Amino acid sequence: MGTEHVAGTNKGTVMLYALSTCGWCAKTKDLLKELGVAFDFAYVDLLEGTEQDDAINQVEKWNPSGSFPTLVIDNRKSIVGFREKEIREVFGA
Amino acid sequence: MNDSGIREADIDSVYLVLKKEAESGGYRFNPDGVFVKNLIRGLLKNEQRYGYRACPCRLATGRKEDDTDIICPCDYRDPDLNDFGACYCALYVSAAIAQGEKKVEPVPERRPPRSMREKGTAVQRVFATPAPVFSFPVWRCRVCGYLCAREQPPGVCPICKVTKDRFERFA
Repeated sequence: MGTEHVAGTNKGTVMLYALSTCGWCAKTKDLLKELGVAFDFAYVDLLEGTEQDDAINQVEKWNPSGSFPTLVIDNRKSIVGFREKEIREVFGA
Repeated sequence: MNDSGIREADIDSVYLVLKKEAESGGYRFNPDGVFVKNLIRGLLKNEQRYGYRACPCRLATGRKEDDTDIICPCDYRDPDLNDFGACYCALYVSAAIAQGEKKVEPVPERRPPRSMREKGTAVQRVFATPAPVFSFPVWRCRVCGYLCAREQPPGVCPICKVTKDRFERFA
């Protein structure tokens, strides 16, 4: 799998679908690091073939527009875009 | 060099060219220079990968005909500037944001989802070729709305500098 793990406090399964070239994705990733949350992320633009297709399908499941960043929290909620306030609220910072 | 394999000197020179082009057409760059240069790094990375400067904040397909609408500046920039004061990436911003009077907020994706784009529906907005009313065809720039009446669209839009293939027949 083309996902990477960032160590931190366990707040459930936190998955960030991002693009390696996108400014808002970078800000989202930095915010999660600042909050000290354990998370996994995938740079979907760097994936290939079926691995990329699977990632796109996952993103579209949570966010029909298929845009990035899409943050999926505990397989129950998603946050689309760099919504700083909302992300801070979710992780109780 | 950095981990993206794009030279800092190239980023700086493209930054200056794009900024000048933008300003000559009445557009403005985000005042956050570091943020903008990261986006330009993404644009150059996409140019290297795909052969065209696809939006760094959207997933390109690598097929130019399917991505024409998201070649920077994208077809969605001007409506997003009107509605949100920034383009989707926040590379281009409104005067209020450029002058620091307002902050950039996330811009929702305006591009139709993949399922609605297939078969080029997003790109090839179907304009039935209009019956000739004027003595010349009228061409419209899909990015900035510039209109001109001539046999062929210009090679480069004089307002927003996109290439000829971004024009559609308007009348």
